[in-house]
Amino acid sequence: MDIIVCIKQVPDSYDISWDKSTGSLSRQSTGAILNPIDKNTLEAALTLREERGGFITAISMGPDQAEEVLREALGMGIDKAILLSDKVFAGADTLATSYALSCAIKKINRFDMVICGKESYDGVTGHVGPQLAEFLDLPQLTNSTEIAVKKNKVLVKQKIEDGYRLLEASFPVLITVGKNINQPRIPSMEDIMDAYREKMIDIWRGEDLNSNTEGFGLNGSPTKSQSVYVKKLEKGSAEILKGEPDVTAKRLVEILKEKGLL
Amino acid sequence: MPENTEKFGGLWVIIEQRHGKVVKVSLELLGEARALADTARSNVTAFLIGEDVAAIAEELIWQGADRVIIAEHTICRYYRTEVYTDIICAQAKKDKPEIILFGATCMGRDLAPRVSARLKTGCMSDCTKLAIDSGHLVATKPFFGRDLMTDIVCPVKRPQIATIRPGVIELTDPNRSRKGETLSYDIRLREDDIKVKVAGILNERSNNLPLEQAEKVVAGGMGVGSKEGFEMLKELAGLLGAELGATNLPVDEGWVSEEFKIGQTGKTIRPKLYIGCGVSGAIQHSAGMIGSEFIVAINKDPNADIFKLADYGILGDVNEVIPAIIKELRRQKGLA
Ligand SMILES: Cc1cc2nc3c(=O)[nH]c(=O)nc-3n(C[C@H](O)[C@H](O)[C@H](O)COP(=O)(O)OP(=O)(O)OC[C@H]3O[C@@H](n4cnc5c(N)ncnc54)[C@H](O)[C@@H]3O)c2cc1C
Ligand SMILES: Nc1ncnc2c1ncn2[C@@H]1O[C@H](COP(=O)(O)O)[C@@H](O)[C@H]1O
Repeated sequence: MDIIVCIKQVPDSYDISWDKSTGSLSRQSTGAILNPIDKNTLEAALTLREERGGFITAISMGPDQAEEVLREALGMGIDKAILLSDKVFAGADTLATSYALSCAIKKINRFDMVICGKESYDGVTGHVGPQLAEFLDLPQLTNSTEIAVKKNKVLVKQKIEDGYRLLEASFPVLITVGKNINQPRIPSMEDIMDAYREKMIDIWRGEDLNSNTEGFGLNGSPTKSQSVYVKKLEKGSAEILKGEPDVTAKRLVEILKEKGLL
Repeated sequence: MPENTEKFGGLWVIIEQRHGKVVKVSLELLGEARALADTARSNVTAFLIGEDVAAIAEELIWQGADRVIIAEHTICRYYRTEVYTDIICAQAKKDKPEIILFGATCMGRDLAPRVSARLKTGCMSDCTKLAIDSGHLVATKPFFGRDLMTDIVCPVKRPQIATIRPGVIELTDPNRSRKGETLSYDIRLREDDIKVKVAGILNERSNNLPLEQAEKVVAGGMGVGSKEGFEMLKELAGLLGAELGATNLPVDEGWVSEEFKIGQTGKTIRPKLYIGCGVSGAIQHSAGMIGSEFIVAINKDPNADIFKLADYGILGDVNEVIPAIIKELRRQKGLA
């Protein structure tokens, strides 16, 4: 079974800061990591390959440094890594991202399944899976907590508000996975070193994707972030009690009573 | 990005119903769409899809719809991406709505981006506020990082598509004298052509009220310190008749399960009473609880952000304060 996994590099949350004086977002010290759910995405593909054999290709669209997350994926055991890196991809929203990924996947052509994460840590949109499925004309099985393959059918357990649904489809399909689907393996130091020393990463540019480049990057992005600002979620003047726990606790219970909250 | 040149108009709300009952966020959105339409001199369409759902249409009109499109068929018994996308997009290509709103539920998150890709337009997801400015929909959502919000727009493409979190818009009262029209959508899809089958549904009936509907919530953060600490919170919640909630860190630690998470990537709540125990008040958490009426914070750090949100705060160690509250509540209830 041939599987394509889409993985994303995201900034490490705690290094982002908002500079109030210049009114800009400072990302200088930003570390970058593999989108946490994409570890589960990779693990899901590796598990399926162990059960049924096959070939796993991971694709990431991002700047040159996104190569790091593909090295990590190679360290975990995938077969091939492709980086979509080019100025024309820059500034992409989710639609332009999905479009570029779909062009790359059409170029690969041979696959039974595409797996994406349910959402990314920085964007938290969860758009890319469904939008990619539309561009590739594939059925989408989102928010999966279990994947099973039976003959030529795939079954997933999909988490919804009040429980789960069992969905069934024929190949090829696009699946998105959540964090609780599996426990991602941790590659050994040696495997990571090998991934850096011995493995190749294919780099594809815009012109490699046999498509007009209008749909890529900023140009192909219908949505824009108009502004980023600090939101003061402040109510203001809370009464803050200090002192012996017995006393403050009693006072709280009194207040709740007065407010009719008991 | 090339502009759509045709004329677009009207707001659509995609209605979600489960077992013939409208999901609350759909009603919230109808009220919001009504308000936006009134300022922009536009109109509201409720798009109702399902099997045997026509009886719901009246409620949708009371809630603010001028028109209800009803797409009824056995093929729509269960929500399926392909079926709903086909129906919505076929009608949207004909009617050309300016705006299509979805609840940010499991269904909305699955459907809205797919619809947007088919209509080659933008999708703004998981918003906490909507406004119309210079003819554009402005969708506000919490942004990655501390204390940041972002306003997203879709300036040149139409329709503008957005998903809105359940619970962030206050539900308006139905107006039972409102009138509107209904029209039916003729479904031509054949079951054999649909690629995904629903092979089973596993309903999980929990005894607890869903967090979003709870009147009181006791939420724990990292300051609670352990799984045992959460047992103490459960006891407090039990005495108050409250539900348990958490920030994302205790969920990551495995002290409580995912369904208790409140915030940007968890649930949005607006209870009458929220008590945050050992919660710092990071924006990603507060985004999900700021609508609470009375906020109590218990924290040992006088500079914790949550005190700025609180109506009442106790500076102290949760391991001392909570047992004291439990003791006092038990005393008052005549329990030893
Ligand atoms: C993209 C993204 C999405 C996110 N989504 C969410 C989300 O949906 N929900 C969410 O909650 N978080 C979310 N977060 C994480 C969020 O930014 C914070 O990290 C998190 O809310 C902090 O949890 P906390 O307050 O429990 O922990 P901390 O920030 O570690 O705070 C613990 C607090 O407890 C106090 N404390 C410690 N010990 C004691 C004691 N013994 N007694 C009293 N007080 C004590 C400390 O003073 C401190 O204020 C998200 C982050 C990102 C980047
Ligand atoms: N730039 C990217 N390159 C590869 N995959 C991506 C990229 N952005 C998003 N994805 C995939 O889409 C999923 C959901 O991301 P998002 O739609 O941004 O929330 C991620 O978990 C990845 O599987």
